Amino acid sequence: MTNSFDSLSLVAIYSALSVYVLAFVFFAMDLAKRSAAAGVTESQSQATVQSVKGSVKTLERTETKVAATKDLRFEKTAFALSVIAWILHATGAVFRGIADGHVPWSNMFEFSLVSSAIIVGVFLAIQAWQNLKFLGTYVVGFALVVLGIGTVNFYVAVTPLPPALQSYWLVIHVFVASLATAFFGLGAGLSLTQLIQTSRETGRLKRWRFLATLPDSEQLENLAYRVIVVGFVLWSFTLIAGAIWAERAWGRFWGWDTKEVWTFIIWVLFAGYIHARATRGWRGTRSAWLALVGMSAVAFNYTIVNLFFKGLHTYSGL
Amino acid sequence: MRTAIILLLLMAIAAVPGSMWPQRSSDPNGVIQFFNKNPDLAKFLDKIQIFDVYTSIWFSAIYLLLFISLIGCVLPRTIHHLKSLRLAPPRTPANFERLQAHESTINSTVSPENAVAIAEKLLAKSGYRVARYDGKSFSVSAERGYLREAGNLLFHTSLIGVLIAVGLGGGFGYTGQKVLVEGQSFANIRGGYDSFTPGRFFSDSELSPFRLKLDQFNAVYEEQNLLSYGKPIDYTALLTTWEPNAKNQQAEIKVNEPLGIGGTQIYLLGNGYAPTITVRDSEGNIAFRASVPFLPADANLTSTGVIRVPDAKPSQLAMIGFFYPTARELQTGALTSIHPDLRNPMLTLRVFKGDLGLDSGVPQNVYALDPTGLTPVAGGDASAPSIELQPGETASLPDGLGSITFETSRPGAGAADWSGSVPRFASLDIHHDPAQGWVLAFVLLAIAGLLTSLFVPRRRVWVRATQSKSGTLIEYAALARGEDPRLESALSDFAVRHGKELKA
Ligand code: HEM
Repeated sequence: MTNSFDSLSLVAIYSALSVYVLAFVFFAMDLAKRSAAAGVTESQSQATVQSVKGSVKTLERTETKVAATKDLRFEKTAFALSVIAWILHATGAVFRGIADGHVPWSNMFEFSLVSSAIIVGVFLAIQAWQNLKFLGTYVVGFALVVLGIGTVNFYVAVTPLPPALQSYWLVIHVFVASLATAFFGLGAGLSLTQLIQTSRETGRLKRWRFLATLPDSEQLENLAYRVIVVGFVLWSFTLIAGAIWAERAWGRFWGWDTKEVWTFIIWVLFAGYIHARATRGWRGTRSAWLALVGMSAVAFNYTIVNLFFKGLHTYSGL
Repeated sequence: MRTAIILLLLMAIAAVPGSMWPQRSSDPNGVIQFFNKNPDLAKFLDKIQIFDVYTSIWFSAIYLLLFISLIGCVLPRTIHHLKSLRLAPPRTPANFERLQAHESTINSTVSPENAVAIAEKLLAKSGYRVARYDGKSFSVSAERGYLREAGNLLFHTSLIGVLIAVGLGGGFGYTGQKVLVEGQSFANIRGGYDSFTPGRFFSDSELSPFRLKLDQFNAVYEEQNLLSYGKPIDYTALLTTWEPNAKNQQAEIKVNEPLGIGGTQIYLLGNGYAPTITVRDSEGNIAFRASVPFLPADANLTSTGVIRVPDAKPSQLAMIGFFYPTARELQTGALTSIHPDLRNPMLTLRVFKGDLGLDSGVPQNVYALDPTGLTPVAGGDASAPSIELQPGETASLPDGLGSITFETSRPGAGAADWSGSVPRFASLDIHHDPAQGWVLAFVLLAIAGLLTSLFVPRRRVWVRATQSKSGTLIEYAALARGEDPRLESALSDFAVRHGKELKA
């Protein structure tokens, strides 16, 4: 019975992967299409951007302007495909949870499965707040890599929870950490776009004309900041929930275990980022680099530390 | 602020080595192994405190500097904030065009004075502090979001509180470890611990008087699911506890469920087998009898242990043992354990004789034995093979040195059912930290501060009304202090509401 859910879960996951590939292709084609469109409208949208620079409303204004001249078919198709893929993906995660009989995040395969689902889920949901579909290639690509590697290389059969993980803190701590990662990931995508956009604005990057259809670097920086502070708050919760759980399980709330060290490093890096945003001379490019460094630490923590470092948190299940 | 960024980044970098090299605080055995493998490198790394990163001079220097700069930052800002709470919102600027958000409208029915008076009321109702600045034109200046700064100050101050509480708690508290074999008792006195780490300000009066006995240790392993057959599902330590002036009580400890007793917390950190071994020497006297905790080395509880028999005559004896709860012979002839439960328990021993050096005063690791200087008697380089025993069996040592018995805890039962034949042990961590509640309180305050400081917008709004030829010119402007993505829409919303109010 449970095994059949596990197989169903894998079917859903592989279907999700194939649809993600399609979505990725369409998002990439959308960017290519934007390059072509931007060639026509570049001068026009440039002007729009400059005239209202410095004000937050610019985003909507530029967008409507660009949207009017832009072919939305690829973006729409890509987005619809992402939604379908995500539903399959989430179904895979839920089935795995049913097969497990507990929350499906207790080993590397399940972390990959659930955290990539959360990243895409946040990306889809955030469109209701801001149109950030230009990040589609990045987000879907990211999910493809995480889910693909997680399923192909880290798959393990359903196992019971070891005593160390039998705690409702597992549910809270890991879920909030994945959610925080999703926000950090989106923020890093925006910061990356910001850096590329800055290169273009300062005339260093001439190709990649699709950049003209995106928000300017200052808007991207503001968007990145807003996404990342949400991630920071969630990460603070992760840190605290982890400490409380460590107190229950190991008798000390903080012991500088490998994983604790990296959680701390990530927290401090993003605190640095937040300070940078409030400091003259550190805004702009520098703070964007800090966001990327922070996200690299998250990725490092998730991969290298989970797989190769020794410590109490050896739950990769490999 | 620049200093704070640099110090924060420095602290992030300085924390990294602690995750790459074993730390004495969290992995003392790892440090010993590292020293054995790379003695020269280890000595050098030890000089720069790589094995004690988080108490090292350089790490401490960074966080102390950070906290000094934090205090240096928070104090003046607190004073400034308290002052600004008593000051009226600042004068209306002359030029609205230069402000982040502004708009204007003409109204032909209302007088400038009334327009501003209504704006003032409206702003006050939405939680702004307001001040009127009337002259040639009428204007109101308003500010809100003082909580943002207060939250920020609360956040940073609470971080200082966390640091102090952690420091003090560690100072007055203690941690200790105790390995208890089924049937053994423990009394909470310093000498009762296997290892004991007091804080700097600790005194023995912090040890609350209680006793406990490990009655039984239960381990449950997966039986149904073949893919994870033999994985642990549950560990439970069943105890009897005694406190002064109270009846003895039954208690249990599980991995995520510590036991609170006498102001301490007791945690279940590990478990394994403790074979009961009797050694008789060449004269037939019992030179040793005890249940010896063996350290588990893998998931199927292949375990290693050391037995020292200083009282054996004519020569002291020492043994390095391997215990396999479910032994199976590999093709190479070596043994391994294929299940953590007692299905086919087997003890193998390499035996040595010679001076154990117990009188030299050098402390020895009870789980490790360095056989240099000892003569092999059985197993390894000795001519006799190593000794293999199942519970209840006895083997005699070569050269008439005596005999070894692997005692069974269930003498009646035989090979058909080995369960319960070898006692288990539980390793317990016992902690006392009087400041834990404070740490939690400061952490929660910090979170509250963080949320308000990130999400409460702080903004100034001005409304000015001037008589012009075509009617009353009403101008609105707003300025964000700190991140405020909704500034413009908030201002337009206000202008709309104000317009409606003017019509009414
Ligand atoms: C333990 C180290 C520190 C951490 C974790 C930390 C964290 C933070 C965080 C998360 C914020 C964001 C709150 C907000 O944007 O309103 C913040 C803001 C701020 N921090 Fe720190 N901080 C630390 C040390 C310092 C130090 C040493 C200083 C002084 C030099 C400082 C000065 C400030 C200031 C002025 C702000 C306000 C920035 C703004 O208005 O956006 N912080 N800090």
